[in-house]
Amino acid sequence: MPTSTDHGRPDPEATSPAAHGDGRPVSDRGDTVCVIGAGASGLTAIKNLREHGFGVDCYERETGVGGAWNWRHDRSPVYASTHLISSKPFTQFPDFPMPDSWPDYPHHAQVLSYFERYADHFDLRSHIWFGTEVIRVEPAEGERWDVTTRSTGGYGPERTARYAAVVIANGHNWSPKLPRYEGLEEFRGEIMHASSYKDPAQLRGKRVLVVGAGNTGCDIAVEAAQQASRCWHSTRRGYWYAPKYVLGRPADQVNDTLLALRVPLRMRQWLYHWTLRLTVGDLTRFGLPKPDHRVYETHPIANSQLVYYVGHGGIGPVPDIARFHPYAVELTDGREIDPEVVIFATGYLPRFEFLDASVFADSAGAGRPTLWLNAFTPGHPTLAVAGLLQPDSGLFTLSHWQTVLFARLLRARRDRPDRAAAFAKRVRDRAGERYSGPVKDSSRHWFEVGHADYLRAIQRALIELEGK
Amino acid sequence: MRGREWSRPVRPARREVLSAIPELEEGRPPLLFVPGFGHGAWAFAEHWLGHAASRGFPAYALSLRGHGASEPAPEATLRAYAHDVVQVAASLPRQAVLVGHGAGALVVAHALARYPARSAVLVAPVFGGWKVLGTALRRNPAGTLPAVFGGPLRLSRGQLFSREVPDEEARRYVGRLGRAGRRAQWSLLGEPEAEPAVGAPPVLVLGSPDDRVVPASTLTRVARRYGSAPLLFPGMGHDLMLDARWAEPIDAILDWLEKEPTAH
Repeated sequence: MPTSTDHGRPDPEATSPAAHGDGRPVSDRGDTVCVIGAGASGLTAIKNLREHGFGVDCYERETGVGGAWNWRHDRSPVYASTHLISSKPFTQFPDFPMPDSWPDYPHHAQVLSYFERYADHFDLRSHIWFGTEVIRVEPAEGERWDVTTRSTGGYGPERTARYAAVVIANGHNWSPKLPRYEGLEEFRGEIMHASSYKDPAQLRGKRVLVVGAGNTGCDIAVEAAQQASRCWHSTRRGYWYAPKYVLGRPADQVNDTLLALRVPLRMRQWLYHWTLRLTVGDLTRFGLPKPDHRVYETHPIANSQLVYYVGHGGIGPVPDIARFHPYAVELTDGREIDPEVVIFATGYLPRFEFLDASVFADSAGAGRPTLWLNAFTPGHPTLAVAGLLQPDSGLFTLSHWQTVLFARLLRARRDRPDRAAAFAKRVRDRAGERYSGPVKDSSRHWFEVGHADYLRAIQRALIELEGK
Repeated sequence: MRGREWSRPVRPARREVLSAIPELEEGRPPLLFVPGFGHGAWAFAEHWLGHAASRGFPAYALSLRGHGASEPAPEATLRAYAHDVVQVAASLPRQAVLVGHGAGALVVAHALARYPARSAVLVAPVFGGWKVLGTALRRNPAGTLPAVFGGPLRLSRGQLFSREVPDEEARRYVGRLGRAGRRAQWSLLGEPEAEPAVGAPPVLVLGSPDDRVVPASTLTRVARRYGSAPLLFPGMGHDLMLDARWAEPIDAILDWLEKEPTAH
């Protein structure tokens, strides 16, 4: 482990003190970039910034790398049986492939070991300050940033250091979004959010209601079908449940063959519907609601088992919840069911509690920043957000290219200020652009991107920045 | 956007990896040796692996699919070979130095676009093209011509080694040579140039002016592409790692690695 002396930890006593607005001492870290969080996006930010010649201080509130994928972390949403829902080539960093010997859809423990190997391979740990949380990030003079940290849990003194740039990679799948229902407070059964679900033992022998048809909700419903004495799955609308394998290959790879051939959306939708008709068949026959939209219009659900367990009676599909009673749940179709456990797989909301909402032009303070490429902030050219994406593929490749673009931008600010200024203008003009087909405007789809469209947009931005 | 990498990932294959690890961990970067077409990891295990380890560098050599003791792969392409290199490099404990020999140097050049190596060394690089084919046809028409039509490429003793290598030893080495995939061989004629290396690693090019496979002008051209001049070892054949004076080039590589700052 590095110590404060061998690695240039920002130490107010050791560096010439600059003064913060309110007179606090600030240690000046020169051209060093601050990365917040050492999960997937934070790690690739450190690696790519280092690769482009920048010094990096990364602050991680936990004691290990991996962020959401480290099940030991109290903010980790993974549970014992979590597997990837996008296959390996969609998930891995493009310059550090997952081993050939791994399955198409690795287990979460493999994903964590992948991050640990990535950190060791590129010697990233020596740049990470574990057990340190960021409590404030404030703009300072010269488009720099004052970052205030302290030990996780509020112990120890606060320290403020001034950085040339900041990458926010604090993740967006840890702050649960809980729906409101009439009578929920009076309900006497157990209520939990999917983030607290860790092990199938929590369901064994119980009557379970799973709410939400995201990938997590479907996975938990499948587990409940195998463990619980009864399982209901409540969804507000009908969805397309795509199998994880088509034609003997991971379905996302088959789909990308069409994308690589630039087959138009309408044609792809037709082919997709046709494939689903052949493999999954008519969903209404199973008692599932008919989807009210075409495929690619909501976040894709990859689950081969849900329909299977519905067919075996393990999962009872039910509509939305109307209200809660002390010992029962009333559904919108008038039925009443009596679950002992209700699991809300209703998603998460991003939170940036260390940052003033005005920086992100987020007037409502709801956690929805207005960004270009979901990463760059108008008016703040030295601030980037990494990994704030809800892609129809894995996230890590996209975070990789986001951070490569940011590193190149920081280099251009030094070597080609005219290019960097043109980039800043594009950020102002094009903030809020979308990179997916038509999707519903709910918080679930705030950060929805189609990976192919998004990567092409990043590629264009790189070319515009570097003039190739 | 690398559509093919996503939609048609390279099929996994079992690979042979030989290694020589120093007894004391000295914090030196691991070296990954990549043999050229027809050669296997054995070509480096003969002298270079042990020598690198004796100087404190953890040294590994792989056999590309279809070569040495790796899984047979008659339909392998250059992309599959580059995949093999990146897979092994990423499996090493730390960021690796890639050392490619012969057509293995071309494989390394392609792998560098997919893996941020600490640095790279191209030994007697065969980057293909009509000039290399012309040289090979002139020196060894019977061994080269079938390869143009998808047959095996047979390199002769005279092409690979200097006269200093004892006859029996040279025969033994030639006897161990295998063959590359047909499609990979063809790619030496018309393969598009490799994408730029990620992470801008320092690259060293070395070879011999008396190499009967790679003309000296090609060495200069490849070195210029990476912004340097080739390091030359007169009097040696194409297979510098098996030649009689094998210690000179590997010592030069290790000296360079000790002096050369890393990619960052």
